[in-house]
Amino acid sequence: MTLLAATDLAFGYPGRVIGRGIDLAVAPGEVLALLGPNGGGKTTLLKTLLGLLPPRAGSVTVLGRPLAALPARERARALAYVPQSAGSAFAFTARAVVLMGRSAHAGLFSAPSRADRASAEAALARMGVLHLADRAVTRISGGERQLVLIARALAQEPRLVILDEPTASLDFGNQGKVMREITRLRDDGLGVIFTTHDPNQAARYADRALLLRAGGRLAEGPVAEVLAAERLEGLYGAPVEEVRDAGTGARAFLPG
Amino acid sequence: MSGPEARAESRLGARIGAGAGTALALGLLLLAVAVAFGVGRFPVGLGEVAQVLLAKLTGRPAAVPPAVEAVVMQIRGPRILAAILIGAALSVAGAAFQGLFRNPLVSPDILGASSGAAFGAVLGIWLSLGVLAIEALAFAGGLAAVAAVYLVGATLARRDPVLVLVLAGVVIGSLLGAGVGLVKYLADPYNQLPAMTFWLLGSLSATHALDLAALALPVVLGTAVLLLLRWRLDALSLPEEEARALGLATGPLRLAIVAAATLVTAASVAAAGIVGWVGLVVPHLARFLVGPGFARLIPTAALLGAGYLLVIDTLARTIAPVEVPLGILTAVVGTPVFLWLLAGAERDWQ
Repeated sequence: MTLLAATDLAFGYPGRVIGRGIDLAVAPGEVLALLGPNGGGKTTLLKTLLGLLPPRAGSVTVLGRPLAALPARERARALAYVPQSAGSAFAFTARAVVLMGRSAHAGLFSAPSRADRASAEAALARMGVLHLADRAVTRISGGERQLVLIARALAQEPRLVILDEPTASLDFGNQGKVMREITRLRDDGLGVIFTTHDPNQAARYADRALLLRAGGRLAEGPVAEVLAAERLEGLYGAPVEEVRDAGTGARAFLPG
Repeated sequence: MSGPEARAESRLGARIGAGAGTALALGLLLLAVAVAFGVGRFPVGLGEVAQVLLAKLTGRPAAVPPAVEAVVMQIRGPRILAAILIGAALSVAGAAFQGLFRNPLVSPDILGASSGAAFGAVLGIWLSLGVLAIEALAFAGGLAAVAAVYLVGATLARRDPVLVLVLAGVVIGSLLGAGVGLVKYLADPYNQLPAMTFWLLGSLSATHALDLAALALPVVLGTAVLLLLRWRLDALSLPEEEARALGLATGPLRLAIVAAATLVTAASVAAAGIVGWVGLVVPHLARFLVGPGFARLIPTAALLGAGYLLVIDTLARTIAPVEVPLGILTAVVGTPVFLWLLAGAERDWQ
């Protein structure tokens, strides 16, 4: 079964196509990493996959149905979006932020139900941030805020979670913490797509990788095949060295 | 960390509970009503008010002097009701707009409702129309200005519809401001100009029972829409694409909220002239009481705004031998309150 599939997809804004020729598919329990240099169109592609931007050509299907034909509420129950952690205009509590994730399950005029509140609590607990529930999201650390945003995505009860640079602006320790939580989503059968600047993150936490350069697909496939030093050099236009631990087979890429 | 955090926890609502914050706003409103009846050239007690209302309801003659009945039913009662309606309307509209535009410094006239209404009103005064016609023109002017802003925004908006909308509001607002200036320049300086100035400063002194229906209908309708949609406002205060990704039909929701907030603002301005600051200051006070969640903020802002404008109007008619324009008092009271809020403000927003 495929959760999300794109076929010969072109994406961009009206009058300005940023990328084309994208084919990808994500199955339940599968993590796809989008890798590429700045300005390569990663975020625009994510927004097109989320249905926030219409495809310029080709198609996106969600659970076999065309994304464009899905009403906003149904789309939000299939796909959840974790944006790059940005400051909130108002000092909502973490609990209130996660409750916003229930919007697609609530009636137009209705207050959050008992089930909505329980779902929000469960999502906070699942991300290990239940103790922050009553804290203002403007007053917690960037890593904690990212986990709250992932909890909000979980409260949507989606099939696939799409994260835009989930570890941007996080310190080293928090990067690992957030990425570990993301891989736990895979273990629960969710599909995951994330963008990253770091090939090591893709190698360590993703099943498949899509290398995106100037809007085009440089390579797509299992990370073990796709991620190689010479290909990354082509992707970033800079020298890359691969180091491998002879014992465990673990790989790492070093710039320069 | 302990500094800002301690401040975050110092929000009154966090200490007394959000429910208590709303109750406090209601208590202040009731107190303001009692004081408003009780002061002035002809003080009326709440007991007498109750007797008059009871008599009206049962159809029996009231056991109070006719003069008291006249004050309650024709003079002070309508004025108090108008202050409550307008204060609540402007505050709810301000809170909703602050959420919609993700900016706590936004007021209900951000999209030009007030400048459109002002232009309509001075035009009506210049054309020597009757009071009702002037109010109708003000109302139409407010709605037309916001409709124009919205159309410009919808035509131009590509990536950031909210920003384009605000900029369109600024542009059209300043054009209408020039129009107001032109009409004032052309007006008869002995009769029309003072009337325009008085109207532009805001007042409830001319409120009669007759105008009340024309005010109450749009205000109740628009406020009801905003109250009903308050559960969606939290998510609508997120960046556009985040809100859409949460499954909200942001376009229709935004339009409904803009329409409702404009309706109540235009109706208020048409009835009382330009009463600034209420829609900016009161949502902040309400946030101080109950926090930023709109579900509780909207009703609390309504109660608090009603009490606030009633207190201001009571001051306007009692502190000096002549009526003080409302807009002057709301600015004089609003500015220090706002600065005080700003001083400790990061507790409410970033």
